Amino acid sequence: MSVLIYIESNGSEIKKSSLDAVSYGAQVASKTGGTATVVAIGAIPADQLTALGNFGAAKVLHVTGDAFNQNAPLPTAAAVIQAAKQAGAKVVILPKSTLVDSFAAKVASQLKAGIVTNVTELPDTTNGFQVKRSIFTGKAFATVAINTDVKVITLAKNAYQGAETGGTATVEALSVSLSDTDTKTKITNVEKMSGELLLTEAEIVVSGGRGFKGPENWGILLDLAKALGAATGCSKPVSDMDWRPHHEHVGQTGVKVAPNLYIAVGISGAIQHLAGVNSSKCIVVINKDPEAPFFKAADYGIVGDLFEVLPKLTEAAKLLK
Amino acid sequence: MKILVCITHVPDTTSKITFADNKFNTAGVQFIIGPYDEYALSRAVELKEQHGGTVTVLNVGDAETEPTIRKALAIGADDAIRINAVPKDAGYVAAQIAAIAKAEAYDLILMGRESIDYNGGLVHGLVADMLNLPSITPIMKLDIENGIAKMTREIEGGKESVECALPFVAGCQEPIAEWKIPNMRGIMSARTKPLKVVEPVAVADDIVYGTFTLPAPKGACKMVDAANPGELLTLLRNEAKVL
Repeated sequence: MSVLIYIESNGSEIKKSSLDAVSYGAQVASKTGGTATVVAIGAIPADQLTALGNFGAAKVLHVTGDAFNQNAPLPTAAAVIQAAKQAGAKVVILPKSTLVDSFAAKVASQLKAGIVTNVTELPDTTNGFQVKRSIFTGKAFATVAINTDVKVITLAKNAYQGAETGGTATVEALSVSLSDTDTKTKITNVEKMSGELLLTEAEIVVSGGRGFKGPENWGILLDLAKALGAATGCSKPVSDMDWRPHHEHVGQTGVKVAPNLYIAVGISGAIQHLAGVNSSKCIVVINKDPEAPFFKAADYGIVGDLFEVLPKLTEAAKLLK
Repeated sequence: MKILVCITHVPDTTSKITFADNKFNTAGVQFIIGPYDEYALSRAVELKEQHGGTVTVLNVGDAETEPTIRKALAIGADDAIRINAVPKDAGYVAAQIAAIAKAEAYDLILMGRESIDYNGGLVHGLVADMLNLPSITPIMKLDIENGIAKMTREIEGGKESVECALPFVAGCQEPIAEWKIPNMRGIMSARTKPLKVVEPVAVADDIVYGTFTLPAPKGACKMVDAANPGELLTLLRNEAKVL
């Protein structure tokens, strides 16, 4: 089956979640006897696109133009739809992101494809096409059969690790036409936090909770994050009290993260917070209360006063190389 | 202004998730309006108060979801539609909503950004495409001036301001509105507000759910002495191999 993979750049390089998706797509293509084509949208340097061959892509369709520079959901969807048709793709793979969440349904609907989100493993193609997905915010999994001719899946973060195979991809320009519905929505202003690591893309996330007692004490958490090269998050009460901005709220009704390492400091571990982090590879909990429920979900723990433990941990992290 | 708010009937966020005979085990589970849907509903009621019009609430579910629908009526919806079917997947639910919306010409169709049970986040986008309307998600602020909606949408690492002429479909999240606690008058009037039961339209089995499983249980938490947190980093590097 021919496979189309959509990729995103963080502005300077192609996101790791996208590289993982290219590898995943190449695996699906080779399992089912097809080729893997990538669709890249917006200004991404040509050398980064040819290098996608190293992750198994045979060809890259590159869509550029003013209408595609704003990461607007519907024009992005139009580009993916037209690329899928051009590539004759039977499987379309979208790596989970805020933007993908806003247009995946459109892609599936236009391609008359069945769609499954939050897929966590390679499909089982021995009898039809079955995927495993997470449900209940990672508290359970389900196997799902997709019975349509064309299939769309969104790949959960960190669910599949990309591998370099060697090779280069050919790059072709693709011109995409937009409908009136695609351009009906106007973006009038964009506010982005500059210089911050993206919470959903970070390999390490350090989060703080009510144990910090107030926003003025956040410096020691930011210091640790800096020493580890980590993004920072917080619990729901912290964002509700405006100690930290809303986009840092990690949990069932906030941002769901799946980093390699999640360090929770001064967070007791309410079930709603755990739901947002339970796909992390390794969880560390630092809390003064040995009975904090978070310890039950953790791999490593320190029982102690965060105001004493964190500075020591930061000093040790600075020595780590 | 005619607003449709689609709500899910989902286990409360503190529920223990278990399965019995490959079915979700509802024993001891309390069901609620999906939290994101409740934000959408609250904002719809506020928009009705500002601009006039009606708020209709829709749920795809069997008779067991009626208490959840009555709660939505108590919060301030005027009437309700229940599509009498157990939701199979996002495409199935979207087809039911689109069938109703095609006949009713709503100015605005709101729902949560995703349901908290299956977390698909697809229904708003699918409904929009079936109706040939734009869909915008996840929105955190929504105001309407002269038929144009002005919204704030969350994007990766920030937010953007978006404008769109009505009609369209949107997925909502906090802080678009504060949840409304129904008052006694709302609860009393909800009992007599119209709740229409509609039979579902047929939809092909494009997506079929198979087996449900739970994650492997977590091993014991390894404790590190608070006096020597550097030891933690050694373990993370050499044992867990995540540093």
